[in-house]
Amino acid sequence: MSVRQQDFIRRMPEASHDLRRRRSFWRVVHLDPLLLFLLLALTAVGLVVLYSASEGNSSLLRRQVVFFIIAYAGMFTIAQIQLDYFARWSLLFYVGALILLALVLIWGVGAKGAQRWLSLGGFRFQPSEMMKLAMPIAIAAYLSNKTLPPRFKHVFWSLVFVAIPTVLIVRQPDLGTSILVATSGLIVLFYAGLRWSYILTAAALLIASVWPMWHYVLHDYQRQRVLTLFNPEADKLGAGWNIIQSKTAIGSGGVNGKGWLDGTQSHLDFLPESHTDFIIAVLAEEFGFVGVVALLGFYLLIIARGLMIAVNAQDSFRRLLAGSITLTFFVYVFVNIGMVSGLLPVVGVPLPLVSLGGTSLVTLMLGFGLLMGISTEPRRISTNR
Amino acid sequence: MQEQQQFKNYHLETRTFSNRVLFTGLLIVGLVLILLARYYSLQIVDYENYATQSDNNRILVQTINPQRGLIFDRDGKLLADNRPSYILSLVPENIASLDETIALLRQLVVVSDKHIQDFYKSLKTNRRPYQPIPLRYRLTEEEIAKIAVNEYRLAGVEVQAQLVRDYPEGDLFAHSIGYVGKINDREWSRFDEEEVRRYQGAHTIGKIGIEKFYEDSLFGEIGYRHVEINARMRVLRTLEQENPVQGEDLSLHLDTRLQKTAFAAMGARRGAVVAIDVKTGGILSIVSSPSYDPNLFVTGISYKDYNALRGSLDIPLFDRAIQGRYPPASTIKPMMGLAGLSEQVISQSYKIFDPGYYQLENDDRLYRDWKRHGHGIVNVHKAIVQSSDTFFYDLAFRMGIDRIHRFGSQFGLGQPTGVDIPSERRGLWPSREWKKRARQLPWFPGDTINVGIGQGFALATPLQLAVMVNTIANRGKHLKPQVVKSIGEEVLPPEVLNYVEIDDRHWDFVFKAMKDVMHAPNGTARRAAKNSSYDMAGKTGTAQVVGIKQNEKYDSEALKERHRDHALFVGFAPYDDPQIAVAVIVENAESGSGSAAPVARKMFDAHLLGQYLEPERVKVKDVKTVGYPIEPFVPFQRGSLAVAQRESP
Repeated sequence: MSVRQQDFIRRMPEASHDLRRRRSFWRVVHLDPLLLFLLLALTAVGLVVLYSASEGNSSLLRRQVVFFIIAYAGMFTIAQIQLDYFARWSLLFYVGALILLALVLIWGVGAKGAQRWLSLGGFRFQPSEMMKLAMPIAIAAYLSNKTLPPRFKHVFWSLVFVAIPTVLIVRQPDLGTSILVATSGLIVLFYAGLRWSYILTAAALLIASVWPMWHYVLHDYQRQRVLTLFNPEADKLGAGWNIIQSKTAIGSGGVNGKGWLDGTQSHLDFLPESHTDFIIAVLAEEFGFVGVVALLGFYLLIIARGLMIAVNAQDSFRRLLAGSITLTFFVYVFVNIGMVSGLLPVVGVPLPLVSLGGTSLVTLMLGFGLLMGISTEPRRISTNR
Repeated sequence: MQEQQQFKNYHLETRTFSNRVLFTGLLIVGLVLILLARYYSLQIVDYENYATQSDNNRILVQTINPQRGLIFDRDGKLLADNRPSYILSLVPENIASLDETIALLRQLVVVSDKHIQDFYKSLKTNRRPYQPIPLRYRLTEEEIAKIAVNEYRLAGVEVQAQLVRDYPEGDLFAHSIGYVGKINDREWSRFDEEEVRRYQGAHTIGKIGIEKFYEDSLFGEIGYRHVEINARMRVLRTLEQENPVQGEDLSLHLDTRLQKTAFAAMGARRGAVVAIDVKTGGILSIVSSPSYDPNLFVTGISYKDYNALRGSLDIPLFDRAIQGRYPPASTIKPMMGLAGLSEQVISQSYKIFDPGYYQLENDDRLYRDWKRHGHGIVNVHKAIVQSSDTFFYDLAFRMGIDRIHRFGSQFGLGQPTGVDIPSERRGLWPSREWKKRARQLPWFPGDTINVGIGQGFALATPLQLAVMVNTIANRGKHLKPQVVKSIGEEVLPPEVLNYVEIDDRHWDFVFKAMKDVMHAPNGTARRAAKNSSYDMAGKTGTAQVVGIKQNEKYDSEALKERHRDHALFVGFAPYDDPQIAVAVIVENAESGSGSAAPVARKMFDAHLLGQYLEPERVKVKDVKTVGYPIEPFVPFQRGSLAVAQRESP
């Protein structure tokens, strides 16, 4: 085994310098039992809802199960890798993802006027998904080397790191993903202790930029989505249809719902995108408010566990990374649940672990793999500085 | 914080991070509460609202159209039928490119620009997604086959069967039975709530004639079907069904064979024939010539056909029998004679000398008799048989307009007949009040004199004249004319509007005079009654179309054909036991005895002896057209075309 390989494969517990904690099974396999349990529970809920949404389309369900297996395997693998490795190679990941993003704009394939995929020998993937992980790792690695709270110069460079891929993804165009990618980077800055004066200034600038954004940056269809949010009735059969139908599905679920497999909105195809972005409407229709509360409960527990892991992490890099992964996860949840209920504009954000979809699921679980790694990593006695 | 700090401050970093995590934790809880509030509001506060909306989504209440009632003639011959017709519809949601699909369809079947225009018009109106929109009606077998063969290239194209009204007798009953047609925007805007409910799934509505008058009975009651549908409007199952009540069949008094006889007798001439069953008031035949094919209107008439009909000088769309207002002329003389006798203004033996004109005291205007040198000494019998004008000028003057008005009204003159065909006109039986109201002028004695011979202000529709002569034939029993004999099982009884009380002596006297018109050697219509195996009674009339100036001899040759006199005839037969009363008007035919009476004779022979005639149909398309737009020929009064013109395609 080469030195690099030794570095790559985490040192075995017996080689660890951690003397305070006892080795347990979970530490050996580098899994956080509570987080794993919550994720599995949510996965199960997701499959139950997806089964209903897909109307017994077993091939669809089977595909999703395969994706879950791949995603969990990915999570498990990532959890085994020493975190320092990611910090060391963060720039390489970042630049690699950036190059792929640039390639998408040149050679990308896609549908509905958006170019989001790279096709390599029959295998298609979305480089923007890679950036979802590369971004927080890069910013966390960059800032954790600096004194915190970050100084203006470092904030500036961090923002440049955030801006380049964001602009590339906006150009695809994929507003939803670009927001999530940018958010995952900005959250790192925030957790690093970005000064409130900077934050408030940025917020003021953001508000001031709404008008030029609206007129010069947003695409017609994006403007349409925002307008539709405020007045879905204006275009009942066109752009407003999705929101009206999803609100109807949610509202008609009432307290206890119509029962599993008995949702009329989804089963009679009134609800669009019922197994992807709008799947929570299916859950809300069939399991009612009770179901929604339960689902949000699961998400809150996962987020709470994620933040705990972040707080307990042993250094800045791990803290910032864990915090960013957890909070980005929440942003997913909030944006999706908010948009389906007509609280936010419709941007293409899936409901994590429940919506049908392979790539985003894998990215998500890789993120949880990092969390698990941070959580179960043997504590070293701090030797550096 | 110190700007120059070079070393990491682990405690500060940890504390900042923990604070920030706490901050985000609170933020997360806050945002989750907002989400919960949102779902609470949707699922619990507005639950009822959304539950209803969800049901409205999936439950479609389809109307089931009842079958329109059929219409039969008096012998059970079918006059209005429902036949399956095939409609080509498109479901835009299932079509990638509407333009391409329509272009492809145009290669297969006839699709005019108007069809496409109408299609896009309906596409713009409010509709559910996946609801088919009709493009073409009345596909032929060949067209259906062509579409079927190309089905694989025509995603989103549907052919649906639908019952469409059909009039097997074509132009025979165009004016009486009328036709159904597509419900137009104006009709929609006039519907009340109940009608909107009834017609939401209907394609057509009765536009004119019996079809319009008996719309409620013919239509029936719509049924409902509650079905569960998916978003693509595909019906998954029926939840509940309420069957429609089919429309009721109508049986008419009309006799198809007599109707044909009337058309045959009229030939290509313009005019109207009305025949009434004396005992019941049932209309045996009602003809306005020329006619047109009502089938053209059922699924929407083409502009070309419509303009041909509308632009025709002969105004085939105009129903002369109930809307044409003609001076009744001498046909009212029997009625006037009855009036004079009944009011004791004259006696049966009262005589005057007829020098060929009549003159009022202190007035040098001459009221001319049609016979230049007069009829000599005339009593009322001779005045009817030979149609002396002078006698009736004198009688009218002595009776005065008030009594004339009152008496004539009892025979239905100037009154709506109450016939069950919509849009009849009431003619004009003038009075002092009418003239004051309509013309802001006092009544002059000269006005009365003109009315005495059915000219001047007096106007009547052919139907009114038929009702008048029918009332005479019934010895004063004024029956309401009826086209429909029974609705479903319910038989409509004859309806007596009023009785004209006159001494039987006078009835006998006037009947005899009317018989002598037909059969006496000096009767004006003796040629029409030649060689008859039964006795008939009648009265001819010749109506002036334009006024003749004082001291000017009427020279028909000098006038255009359309300004010639109208020929009129009223009569009944058989004389001893009247069965059929007839009124005939032949426009611009000049002679009542020569042109109108023979038509009536043929009607009598057909009804009483079974000598029916078959018409040589004048095809609508052969009717002479004068292009478009045109100021239509107005026969007597401005506005008499109004009803005919109101029908738009």
